[in-house]
Amino acid sequence: MAVKTTSQSIVEPEHLFFKAEREKQFITGSEAVKEAIKRANVDMAISYPITPQSESMHLVGDLYAQGYVKDYYRGENELGVMSAVAGASMGGVRVFTATGGQGSLRAFEMFPTWAGARLPVVCAFFCRGLNSPLTIQPDTIEIGLMLDTGMIILHAETAQDLYDMILKAFIIAEEPDVHLPIAVFADGFFVTHTREIVEIAPEDIKLPPYNPYKSPVPVMDMETPPVRQMRDPFVMKSNFISYATHASWQQEVRAAAERARKHINRYLGGLIETENEDADILFMTSGTAASQARAAIIELEKEGIKVGLVKIKSLRPFPTEDIRRIAKNKKAIIVPEFNITGWLAREIKAVVEDNSKVIGAPRVFGGMTMPVELLLDEIKKHL
Amino acid sequence: MSVKIVKISPGFEEIMPKDYKDLVSNGPYGKGFGIKELGTFKELIEEHPLCAGCGLALSKRLILASLPSPENTIIVGTTGCSSLSFSQVALHNIHSIFGNQNAVATGLKRALEIRFPDVIKDVVAIGGDGAIGDIGLGMVMHSWFRGEKFATIMLDNESYANTGGQESGMSQQGAVLNMAPTGKKYNKLPMAEIARDAGCVYSVSVTFAKPKRLEKIIRRAVLIARQLGPTYIQIYCPCPTNYKHKPSESLERARDAEKSGAYPVKEYMSPEAEELIKKLEEGKKC
Repeated sequence: MAVKTTSQSIVEPEHLFFKAEREKQFITGSEAVKEAIKRANVDMAISYPITPQSESMHLVGDLYAQGYVKDYYRGENELGVMSAVAGASMGGVRVFTATGGQGSLRAFEMFPTWAGARLPVVCAFFCRGLNSPLTIQPDTIEIGLMLDTGMIILHAETAQDLYDMILKAFIIAEEPDVHLPIAVFADGFFVTHTREIVEIAPEDIKLPPYNPYKSPVPVMDMETPPVRQMRDPFVMKSNFISYATHASWQQEVRAAAERARKHINRYLGGLIETENEDADILFMTSGTAASQARAAIIELEKEGIKVGLVKIKSLRPFPTEDIRRIAKNKKAIIVPEFNITGWLAREIKAVVEDNSKVIGAPRVFGGMTMPVELLLDEIKKHL
Repeated sequence: MSVKIVKISPGFEEIMPKDYKDLVSNGPYGKGFGIKELGTFKELIEEHPLCAGCGLALSKRLILASLPSPENTIIVGTTGCSSLSFSQVALHNIHSIFGNQNAVATGLKRALEIRFPDVIKDVVAIGGDGAIGDIGLGMVMHSWFRGEKFATIMLDNESYANTGGQESGMSQQGAVLNMAPTGKKYNKLPMAEIARDAGCVYSVSVTFAKPKRLEKIIRRAVLIARQLGPTYIQIYCPCPTNYKHKPSESLERARDAEKSGAYPVKEYMSPEAEELIKKLEEGKKC
């Protein structure tokens, strides 16, 4: 364990998030992760390298060496890391880790297990393409695979989002009526490896510590009654009570994610963010595709064409009502994505009433960038 | 002190099951009981669903009765026959996924060290031969390489018994089992030696033929793990259901396997562990 101690003072989350004077720094997404964790009062962090995530967890390791994190080690592989994170969380501490791409899939079995165990783990995912052929390049295909794990899923557009979402994720995840793992996704390289101005709180303040005794499920410390207590008991007997128990537990996990909406609204200002919401044609997207859409909107404005944007910040819970309301009476909803499967277009089509106006395009993948021209062409097809 | 967690909140005495009331009035927490006292106190395990004559059932009963401080012990189990009888154990215990028990135990032990710097919380990872020797071997060995301070106990029934009796790495060469229709083609994994070489300061292969010997080994493994580093015990647990012998023959089978050398008893320890054992057992009859 780290021996050094820091002289940070504990402040209310609201103070750290909204009231403390923020300083502007020109930093990368990976550095934004470090700045968030520095102020998050994290007890343990466990790392395993994978591009483009590695640098963020190097920097968290530096925080451990400086005394900001109490314990830190490099695990044996992503499944081992996500398992150890589960053990630490069940032991009642605040934990953080990060992975991405192939690493996410290597560890996949643990994500529904975290959710089912109601562990308030915060994990950052830095997306990259999946095999095969091998790629390390940006691609958001893995988010589509994560949507039904039971985790709360946020998607950052920028390093600023990443900083804010990670810090706020701890507080949302630990709410007793939520108590679920939160995945904070960001697009690899585009966010992790580029610099931007990020506004951050002073480094001498941090979040209050995690209180495991507020957990809706018992901490595994032999201090929490009752003593005959198993995390997480299986209910795999072949009888009705077992099926009913499993079914109701799954429903409760989903219900907990639903209850997170109010906390996401409070801390993140809503599940979506909009620009020119009243325009006839909208981009609806998440992550860095939203940045490209913003650039396209500026270009289109020069030509006198008004186009709007709905940026989806929370994919789970999904902003169903917001999207349904906004999509009403629109001419076209353009959903640009950085993956071949079009999982976001699928999600949006599933909730918009007349979904023939939802256009799943353009899609780029395998590391391709999304030139603004592609977006302009798509919009002009639907004017 | 955690002993208070077995107490019943006032007003609930009437509705608590007898089993729980027995734990409160006559459980082993904080009393330093062992095998010798079995039959005089309310045991930590009861009414488990394991088969008649199951070697795991007896091993678990003996392990639980041998823990040096059950009031501060958390068990990390894993999928398999052994896990079926954890819901009935009167300790905090975790089931996560198949084979990840040593990684979960790593996180748990470190978390408890952060939260309780002045109390010793023992973490014990217990799994079957499939979980420890096959699917989870990487995570098991890496917990040993890292020197994590908890004991790992393998309940070795030499098969995947819960899924219907398939070959495992711990099955004996030649054993005809499901998925080994013409007999297993390679040797039983040398896990006690692997453990020793991977950093376990105390590594034992044993059967439950002699309960008091098993108690001594369990206590050593837990106490050494507190101070020095990882420890490993594998216990031969004959499986009447899949190896098709009479339930009443399990104990005899364990004795025979020991005698014939089919399941040799081995005990490896580092010089530091040996010294610590001497100190711990000085003047005590073990």
